[in-house]
Parts: sequence; structure tokens; C-alpha cells
Amino acid sequence: MVLQPSERHYRDWSHRRLGPWCSPTGSPAPLSCETGCGEGSWILVCRLLVPTQVSLLSMEEDIDTRKINNSFLRDHSYATEADIISTVEFNHTGELLATGDKGGRVVIFQREQESKNQVHRRGEYNVYSTFQSHEPEFDYLKSLEIEEKINKIRWLPQQNAAYFLLSTNDKTVKLWKVSERDKRPEGYNLKDEEGRLRDPATITTLRVPVLRPMDLMVEATPRRVFANAHTYHINSISVNSDYETYMSADDLRINLWNFEITNQSFNIVDIKPANMEELTEVITAAEFHPHHCNTFVYSSSKGTIRLCDMRASALCDRHTKFFEEPEDPSNRSFFSEIISSISDVKFSHSGRYIMTRDYLTVKVWDLNMESRPIETYQVHDYLRSKLCSLYENDCIFDKFECVWNGSDSVIMTGSYNNFFRMFDRNTKRDVTLEASRENSKPRAILKPRKVCVGGKRRKDEISVDSLDFSKKILHTAWHPSENIIAVAATNNLYIFQDKVN
Amino acid sequence: MMLSKGLKRKREEEEVEEEKEALAVDTWWLDPGHPAVAQAPPAVASSSLFDLSVLKLHHSLRQSEPDLRHLVLVVNTLRRIQASMAPTAALPPVPSPPAAPGVADSLLASSDAALSASMASLLEDLSHIEGLSQAPQPLADEGPPGRPIGGAPPSLGTLDLLGPATSCLLDDGLEGLFEDIDTSMYDSELWAPDSEGLKPVPEDGSGKAEAPELDEAELDYLMDVLVGTQALERPSGPGR
Repeated sequence: MVLQPSERHYRDWSHRRLGPWCSPTGSPAPLSCETGCGEGSWILVCRLLVPTQVSLLSMEEDIDTRKINNSFLRDHSYATEADIISTVEFNHTGELLATGDKGGRVVIFQREQESKNQVHRRGEYNVYSTFQSHEPEFDYLKSLEIEEKINKIRWLPQQNAAYFLLSTNDKTVKLWKVSERDKRPEGYNLKDEEGRLRDPATITTLRVPVLRPMDLMVEATPRRVFANAHTYHINSISVNSDYETYMSADDLRINLWNFEITNQSFNIVDIKPANMEELTEVITAAEFHPHHCNTFVYSSSKGTIRLCDMRASALCDRHTKFFEEPEDPSNRSFFSEIISSISDVKFSHSGRYIMTRDYLTVKVWDLNMESRPIETYQVHDYLRSKLCSLYENDCIFDKFECVWNGSDSVIMTGSYNNFFRMFDRNTKRDVTLEASRENSKPRAILKPRKVCVGGKRRKDEISVDSLDFSKKILHTAWHPSENIIAVAATNNLYIFQDKVN
Repeated sequence: MMLSKGLKRKREEEEVEEEKEALAVDTWWLDPGHPAVAQAPPAVASSSLFDLSVLKLHHSLRQSEPDLRHLVLVVNTLRRIQASMAPTAALPPVPSPPAAPGVADSLLASSDAALSASMASLLEDLSHIEGLSQAPQPLADEGPPGRPIGGAPPSLGTLDLLGPATSCLLDDGLEGLFEDIDTSMYDSELWAPDSEGLKPVPEDGSGKAEAPELDEAELDYLMDVLVGTQALERPSGPGR
């Protein structure tokens, strides 16, 4: 199924928020409503505001009138397995948002431009381009099918009118060029208007073709294919700050590529043991430092992070820094290793910190301190007593991603039941929100959710046993400079934002 | 003693019935009334966890291209469980539930001989099935070697089978290309149950034993061994 712009279910309601929102510990927001509702009373009339982003992200701003914009960009009724979104990524300006799915498709959304007539529509994303990035392949040598699922998309910084992105499945990385065409040449000599060749004998005059405007067409072309360099499954790609190289990481190896060269790559990390029977650890994620083109980190299934300097040696098997938190003996269990396995690692925009996601927590590390993280945030600690069951149904192996906001002050990650969590590093406040059609009206304020861990369940709380573990938010993205987030829930992409009127 | 044994058998029967299907959330061990419930799974849970982990391992290996991370994590967890199930006490401390320390201890004590014997035969069986090299491999460095036997840990060998053929022409030339091809994959019945006729090509001369056919009967037997309802007999191994 190719998603046409007309097929997108794009709804634009507006609701007005009546009533302040007040966090349990913070001070109440200034009242702006007619009814004077107090905390906990929500009346949906027209325009709803988002309290979470308001309180967490923009304390100083006037929170009276903010808008929320829910964009339901894929309709649930079209849902097939191939539509499951597997990666989400904003480009460097935030103008474009790319998603990859299990069917090997990439869909790029573009932010609506601001216009005088429809000011409130700014910030909404529309389909810009859709293309099939990867197809299923068959490895004849191994008799194995190679999945076309897009594991990661990474944008290149824009250097001309075209956009470039890298997309990868388990084995092959591709560089795509996305460009606009709004003119076409007319008046060929050797071809007629329909493109058929003319008999040269009938040509008596020559003319110069002219460029005439046409309807905007966005085309995506594969410019490079980087194949046959990974024996194991690629889990990460990362563009270097030199914009000339990038790396791709699989379970056991990391390769460094030059964008111009597709028939060779440098192997910079190799943790494959000589005897595979001794394998106890795999690479789970890798990323380049945002400013230092010689530095990168990679995480492992044992909960460790290694920082490597490519200037030290060609093969970075010996790390420059080794980040590991000692195990907490009181929390030790058979599943300690599994839940310590890092599923995502991200440098802060500043380059001073790295954030890691393991099964139950998000940790922030200072690059200068290897012994332990400087901050640890509990994502869903109520699952700690359920690890047996989660091991049974394999949920314990789910790989959640994590993201920084543009100013590195807030971090976000997903959870189950279509919940996602935000942590403000400065105020230490956190919030749980839900991305689901049933529970959030478009332009509605996202109501903070709460999971009840035991004892009496309050109204609006959800008990741990009622959580739907099939609804997991694995992929999220944060606009590089604004408070706009993209949350992928199975085949649905939610875009939330806050905006001052 | 009898009561706890009966309890154990009942749980494992449940698991045998469900086999490889996604198991429904089984919350018996979360029952706060159960004496063995604690922060860490007690010894009673370990054998069920062990069974579960073995099933997961087999299921993972049956994939055409196993998820290496999943496999490694299951294997490491299996090692931990094996280590904790060993009779000797020199193990990473599994905190006994404060409510019923006696239960865990007595279970450990009573299941000593039977458990270690069944473990020994299980590991032997698994090592035959996985087509391991005959030379016993040392247990991985981390964790004290709790098992009484020196047999190859079953799961370790499976990873060797994953040394995949590489189509990567960046490796050391044509010879390296063929050297890396691990065609024992095609011989192991776990990967291709129909390829019984294929002869193995020893790719690096390590002389791995070929895997005998692992059909449903073998798997059932394995489960019986685990459950302990069958005498500890070796299968008339059709090893070649």
C-alpha cells in the first residue's frame, strides 16, 4: 500500500481548555477559564491544551493558551503488519520527519508552512514523499530471507536544495536523495510532446527547449547502496560530524564508510570471538559524537558503554572509556543481565552527556565519569516484579529508544500500553502520557496517566495487570529546536506539540 | 517434601503442554501467598525457568536467522540458572525468601543427586543435539563453575553453528570466503529437518559432531528427562 496524500487521515479539531492544570507538587497555572475549574476537572469544549509540555518545558512562558495538535497520519483501518513503524527521525531543521516501516517503505512528512490565513495549522505535518527503500531479499548462499524492515533512518545535513537520508535494513544501507521538481523542459527536437521519437527526416527546424513550470513532484532516488559488509544484523547507523563518513553497526562489528565509496568500508570495531562458543556479548547501539569526528560510543547487551577514539588505532577494539554501573545487589535476579542490556544510546546535543536506555530505566552519563551515571530515571519500575512473565512472553527483550529535546533539558522514552514518559532533568519532574486514538481527542490536552502499583486504585489510574503489553512505544523523536514530538504506536504516528497562541 | 515435589511436577506439566507457544502470563510465582515468592526467583522457580530458557533457546535456534542478541541473553540467563541449580553452594547468592528459607534449602538438599544427574544427562543430550565439538569446553569465565560435570555447556556450542557464511567479499579473499562458510548449519536438523542426506563439510577442521535428527520424539524425550518422569537413559544416539 502506497500512502497517497489523499489517503492520510488528517484531522484538525480544536478544543478549548477550561481550567488550570496543576502538578501535584508544582504551583497552579494561571487561570484562564470561564468555569474556574480546579485541578483534576477537565471539560472538553473546544480547544485543549497540553499541560505536560507546558509545565515541563516552558515554565516561564504563559501557559494560558496553548494548543495541542494531534495528527493521525495513518488510519488504523489500513493496518497491516507491513505498516508497523520501525523508525522515526526528524531532519536537522525539523522541517522533515521520516518514518520507516516493516514493509521497507519510507514516508517523509513536511511541516506545513506558516500562512496568514491558517496560522494555527503551522506545525502540522503532511506527507511529502513516499518510496520503497528496501525490498525483501533472499540470500541464496545461506538460504535465508533478508527482511526489508527499515531499522534506522538518519538524515544528512542539508547542503543544497535536495535532502539526503540514510536508511538501512538488516544488511544493506542506502543513501537516498529526495528532491523536488517543479519545472520540466518542453520543446524537444527529437521527441514530440508525448515523448515519442520523431522521424529525423521530418525535422526541418531546430528550437531550444524551454523550462516550463509543472506541478510539484517530489522524487526519491537511491544514490548509493552500501551492501555486503555486514554478516550480522545492522542495528545502528550514525552520520559523522565531518559529513563525509558514517558508521554502521551490527551485532558484532562496526564499519566506517565514506559516502562516496560503496565497495569498501573500514572495520573499526570487531567483538566477534575467535570461537563463537565464547560469545557472551553483542553490540546493541552505536553513535558518533555530535562534534568530535574521531569519537564514537557503542553499547552492549551487558549494559556497558564504550567510548572509542579512532585516532588511537585503526581497529578500536580497545576503548578509551568504559562506562558501567555496578550491579545493585538488592535487585539481583536471573534477569539482571537481560534488563541491563542497553537498547539505545544517544549523545546529548551538547556532546557532554550520553543517555542510555535499558529495560527499566533511562540513564544519563557524564562523559567524564565512567563509574556510574549521573542520573537514573525509572521508566516503569512496577514491571520489576513481573520480570518472570515478561521473560516468558519475550517482552523483556523489547528494545525501547530514547531521545533528548533540543536543549538537552528533557528526555523522553516509550513504555507499554501506548504510554510514553518524559523526564525533566532540571526540575526532576516526570509525566506519563498516552498515544492512543481512544484516549486522546485531536487537539486535546494529553492527560497525564498513572499506573497503580498496588492497593487501592484511584479513578483514572490503570493497574499494572491491565496494561496492554502488545501496545509498545519503541520509537519516538523530538524536533531539534521546538517542542514537537513524534511518537510511533504500531502503525500510527502521533505528532504532539505545544504552541503559544 | 512430597508436597513440594508434586507442586513442581504440576507446574512443569503445564509448561510441557504449552510448549513453544507464547505462554499465557503465568502468575503463580507472583502469588503473594506462595511461600517461595521473593524478589529473586527461588530455587523452586529455577527449574521452571530453566525449562523455559531451554525452550526459548531451541525456539531461537530454529529461526532461520536467529536474533543474536536474544540468543546471547537467553544463553547467559540459562548459565545463571544452571549455576544456581548446582548442588554446591558456592554460587552467586540467590536471596532466599525471608518467609520460607527452609523450603528453598530443603529443596536444594533433596534434589541434589537427582537434579545433578538429570542435568548431566540433559547437557550431554543437548550437546549431541547441538552438534558440538567432542572436546569438552570450559565453562565461560564469569560465574563460579557450579556444575559438577565437565561436559560442554549445551548452549555454548550452538553459537558456533552461527558462524555464518559470509558473502562479504571484503574478507580475506576467496579462500577466506570458503573458510568462513559454515555448512554444518545445513546438517543440523534444527535448521533444516529435511536435509538428512547432506554430508558435512568441515570448514575449519574442528570436526564437530553431526547433529542427529531432532524430531518430535526426541523433543518429547528431552522434556521427559527434564520433568524427571523417565529413567535417565541415553537415547540410542543415531550419531554418525
